[in-house]
Amino acid sequence: MAMAIRVFLLSLLFLSFTDHSFSLYEDQAGLMDWHQQYIGKVKHAVFHTQKTGKKRVVVSTEENVLASLDLRHGQIFWRRVLGANDAIDGVDIVLGKYVITLSSEGSILRAWSLPDGQMVWESFLQGSKPSKSLLSIPINLTVDKDNVILVFGKGCLHAVSSIDGVVLWKKDFSAESIEVQQIIQPLGNDKIYVVGFVGSSQFDVYQINAKNGELIKHTSAAFPDGFFGEVLSVSSDMLVSLDSTKSILVTINFQNGEISFKKTHISEFVEDHSGIVDILPSKLSGVFAVKINTLLVFIRVTAEGVLEVVDKINNAAAVSDALSFSEGQQAFALVEHVDGKVLLTLKCSHDWNNDLLKESVEVGHQRGLVHKVFINNYIRTDRSYGFRALIVMEDYSLLLLQQGATVWSREEGLASIVDVTVSELPVEKAGVSVAKVEQNLFEWLKGHILKLKGTLMLASSEDIAAIQGMRLKSSEKSKMTRDHNGFRKLLILLTRAGKLYALHTGDGRVVWSLLLPSLRKSGSCEHPTGLSVYQWQVPHHHAMDENPSVLVVGQCGPNSDASAVLSFVDTYTGKELNSLGLVHSVAQIIPLPFTDSTEQRLHLLVDTNKHAHLYPRTSEAIDIFQREFSNIYWYSVEADNGIIRGHVLNRNCIDEVVDEFCFDSRELWSIVFPSESEKIIATVTRKLNEVVHTQAKVVADQDVTYKYISKNLLFVATATPKASGEIGTATPEEASLVVYLINTVTGRILHRMAHYGSQGPVHAVFSENWVVYHYFNLRAHRYEMSVIEIYDQSRADNKDVWKLVFGKHNLTSPISLFSRPEVIVKSQSYYFTHSVKTIAVTSTAKGITSKQLLIGTIGDQVLALDKRYLDPRRSVNPTQAEREEGIIPLTDSLPIIPQSYVTHALKVENLRGIVTVPAKLESTTLAFAYGVDLFLTRMAPSRTYDSLTEDFSYALLLITIVALIAAIFVTWVLSERKELQDKWR
Amino acid sequence: MKQTIKIRCELLLLLSLFISSSLAFQSDELLIEEEDLGSEGGFPDLAHIRSSSSPPPTRKRYSESDQDSKIQFSLEHAFGDSDFSPAGIFNARLKTWNHGAQTLTKLRFSRNDFSEVEKEKFQNLLKGDDFYRIRLASNVLSSPSPGREYVISSVKARCLPRESLDEHFVIHMEGVNILAVNYGAPGACPHPRQLKLPAKWSFKSHTVLKNSEQAPRAPVFSEDILGETAEGEVVPPPERSFWAKYWMYLIPLGLIVMNAITQAMNMPEEQGGGQAQQPGAAVQRGPTPAVRRR
Repeated sequence: MAMAIRVFLLSLLFLSFTDHSFSLYEDQAGLMDWHQQYIGKVKHAVFHTQKTGKKRVVVSTEENVLASLDLRHGQIFWRRVLGANDAIDGVDIVLGKYVITLSSEGSILRAWSLPDGQMVWESFLQGSKPSKSLLSIPINLTVDKDNVILVFGKGCLHAVSSIDGVVLWKKDFSAESIEVQQIIQPLGNDKIYVVGFVGSSQFDVYQINAKNGELIKHTSAAFPDGFFGEVLSVSSDMLVSLDSTKSILVTINFQNGEISFKKTHISEFVEDHSGIVDILPSKLSGVFAVKINTLLVFIRVTAEGVLEVVDKINNAAAVSDALSFSEGQQAFALVEHVDGKVLLTLKCSHDWNNDLLKESVEVGHQRGLVHKVFINNYIRTDRSYGFRALIVMEDYSLLLLQQGATVWSREEGLASIVDVTVSELPVEKAGVSVAKVEQNLFEWLKGHILKLKGTLMLASSEDIAAIQGMRLKSSEKSKMTRDHNGFRKLLILLTRAGKLYALHTGDGRVVWSLLLPSLRKSGSCEHPTGLSVYQWQVPHHHAMDENPSVLVVGQCGPNSDASAVLSFVDTYTGKELNSLGLVHSVAQIIPLPFTDSTEQRLHLLVDTNKHAHLYPRTSEAIDIFQREFSNIYWYSVEADNGIIRGHVLNRNCIDEVVDEFCFDSRELWSIVFPSESEKIIATVTRKLNEVVHTQAKVVADQDVTYKYISKNLLFVATATPKASGEIGTATPEEASLVVYLINTVTGRILHRMAHYGSQGPVHAVFSENWVVYHYFNLRAHRYEMSVIEIYDQSRADNKDVWKLVFGKHNLTSPISLFSRPEVIVKSQSYYFTHSVKTIAVTSTAKGITSKQLLIGTIGDQVLALDKRYLDPRRSVNPTQAEREEGIIPLTDSLPIIPQSYVTHALKVENLRGIVTVPAKLESTTLAFAYGVDLFLTRMAPSRTYDSLTEDFSYALLLITIVALIAAIFVTWVLSERKELQDKWR
Repeated sequence: MKQTIKIRCELLLLLSLFISSSLAFQSDELLIEEEDLGSEGGFPDLAHIRSSSSPPPTRKRYSESDQDSKIQFSLEHAFGDSDFSPAGIFNARLKTWNHGAQTLTKLRFSRNDFSEVEKEKFQNLLKGDDFYRIRLASNVLSSPSPGREYVISSVKARCLPRESLDEHFVIHMEGVNILAVNYGAPGACPHPRQLKLPAKWSFKSHTVLKNSEQAPRAPVFSEDILGETAEGEVVPPPERSFWAKYWMYLIPLGLIVMNAITQAMNMPEEQGGGQAQQPGAAVQRGPTPAVRRR
């Protein structure tokens, strides 16, 4: 037993040595890392500016975030991120203290405390039928002194108490075949009107008692022409819709339970009405807006249901809802783009010709068009009414406009990053001015004296604060030039809005941003989406006078057969160099390991017809390409059919037009997974730019094994189709997970292994010769992580020193993948407590430093786990030699050490991906995690063994040296003197 | 006709033998993980099989027994871009297990020799260093239909020729489905592929049938097991050699010794030189301590 304790203590001691490889002290937070919080593209906004207290705006976004923003500065007061499947349908404020959200298609209603965002109550609303979800909060409707919230969702109308979320009454419409469109609650009335269509040609009105939910009256009327789209309520008893031909406006009057229709042909207002006709969903009270192509027509509805045109505006961008700002006065905002500026006009609903406000605001040309506008009023110092507008731009950014100026702006596009790449900064031009150094000399000295004080523990609390401030603000890290250690870089981020951002790794500021013209909606490209971004040109030879550039690949439309767009952007200036609208689609993009004389990387774009297109389209590129023609292989995964195919280039495309940059492909191999038992759920390859330092791995007893290192390995995980859903839907008997290691050149299955009773989701990472993957074990009811390591046996007999001396080894012979592989595979599984969102691995410049896994946990944090924990050679009792090698005794589960959270106290909400970038310093790597938030830090998986830490006091070293030299001189003089005295004695 | 009957009789005999044997130890038979079958054994009577069977390239199913049945499936090949044509027949037994799963066992392969036309095509492949492709249907049971998926594999033709044409199949199975076939030379295929014609235009085929293996389970620990293993760990660590133990002391010691030796060597020389210099030094410094002695 004593032995067991000793072993345990020994292992504990060992662990304590290894685990602090990444952990930091409290005062180091924010030194090497930065964190930015975003909310995403705003869908709804509700202002809260009444009376006293902080002026705020509550917004809900497309990233399912509910946030309260400071109206003065745009900072986040609080923020709540709902789950991925919990999209917010409506937001409002009740009782002046609760924020009400309706989410999950009208089935979850929550109340949040307005000042701090704490959830007050939550109620699940039952319903059977999927339907439109509507949230409406009547102003003066009370039941037993309790304000009522009306919610329509899943085919049921609920009246919910605003105090505690109790359902007061419920009216089920799912039995009726009505498709509910609107819930109307006239002011000062206890009736609720539920209106909707039955089929497409019948209009129904249900009159319901607001106190108890009893049906008062049900009327319906047939409209033989049929309706198209949705209805818009213009006033409390008037609705507008389009008929099925989209050429007639129908006004529906349902006063006193009598339904009457009135048809007005659009051609009465506009001559040319061919094209897209839409009723804008803005609630403008008495007026509505119809968009006919680019023309916006405002139409007033009189009490008799007669329509009259108020105004026609061409190229208007957005219209807000009406806002009532004083007794019976209602206003709404209209936004237009006039010569690169945003023209904000506030119109009064009743008095059209009187503009309450007309302001022209410069918002910057990299933001695109205005997508949404929300308005709010305030009382100016001169007691007149003032208005502020919150606008959402094409690049998802959020701006507050007031008094003709942008008060604040938020770059919300960064909450929806699609792809990330890195670019180097410019090289520092020679010649730093001496004056600058002299000016800073005093500061420098002062800083060092402070630091010295800190190290000698003489510093007062103010001094410590000053030191901390100095460290955080160090101007070194935000310089716009390359540094010696390679910590300063540009992160190039492509966002869903089609905007490209360059962020400085030092402090996370936006260096430039570009709304890509080729990824904007245009006639030829209806629904452009950005796909990925690649390093196009990385100048090494001409680094001083040439700028690197990136390639952005997008496609026009949601399907992969849509035509592709390419855009080339200079990463120093942020200017688009060139853009190409392609005729072919893009299914795969393969950056080739060849560059031309201008150091442009060759890229192969494979379209859906399995034709490969070479870019750049130059004759030099084709020359380089022809040389390597027979060595280019690729694979494609058809996840729906369960087939993986291997391809090789064949010859030039045979088309009507001769295109020497287009190549046919030939199928070399295929793997067909039986559709009844296996479904592809994950495929992972190694990162193309990964560097491996050595193939040999020295194991215990001075033995050596050779890693099987091939860039052409593919990890595939398949699961039984039954078990590819959520955890809990399948029993352990019917679930199994099979993993494969496939050579993508020959299609050889190098390893195949089944985990019975396990299921996805599988998250995997492939590096060097190993794969680590995470899945759920149904039998053990736990998550597991497994590791597969693959070793090359064909080189295993090169251990003899004499063979190496006499050159009788095969280490330098070329490897052909067509040889029969001699590999051995080792694997091991461990339990892991967390569920995982993503896994990445650290990467360093030369690949010498040991690796850490970066695990994006369900709590939106990043956990660093040493790869040594996931070593298949771990055993219960490692021998002394194995211990020396660093093998950790076997445990059944992987440890989660709180200090090894890379994100320390922070969260990266909705974490989607982790990117690691090697710094020039071998020990260090940059890790960038993105989701709704962004987080970047610098990590040293084996500590910074190759440099001094940043807070190393050079001054102390210098002073010590000086002191020593002085001491030498003093003692020398003294000894001389003594000797002289001795001699005179 | 007569021939087929004969074959049938033989088959029945074989089958009955097999059934009886399989019934005897069926209960504890393990799933065969990897079977190396049909190597050179099938090779000498290749011609015989060809002449006797030479069937159309379809699968035939004999269901004489519920337990096992014999099936055939054909191998097809293509030269470069050409279409696929039959190249050989796999014979196997389909074994039905108690729990309903079916696996293939006793795989045998009979390879058709190249015809003259095919030889020529193959030589062209060798000259052009092009791919020789083969394929199998992805399901050994399903009837031939046009929309069926094939598993394809290919190899550079120059990898195959040795004395004869050596080939190696690894067929990855999942029940009755063929996931993939890996085709290539049985050994290495060194990279600068030399153009070499085979001495004999006949095939030497090796076939391996592979099923998926089970992944290692996560280790399960309980208190007592840990105690036991800890107890068992009392074995003393292996004795290491004297050098391995004390090298860190020996090396400095050696250095010191060497240093001492070199110093000892230099000593006499230095003394000579020192004496030569001493007068000058004495002049500078005045009387030496020895002289100074009163």
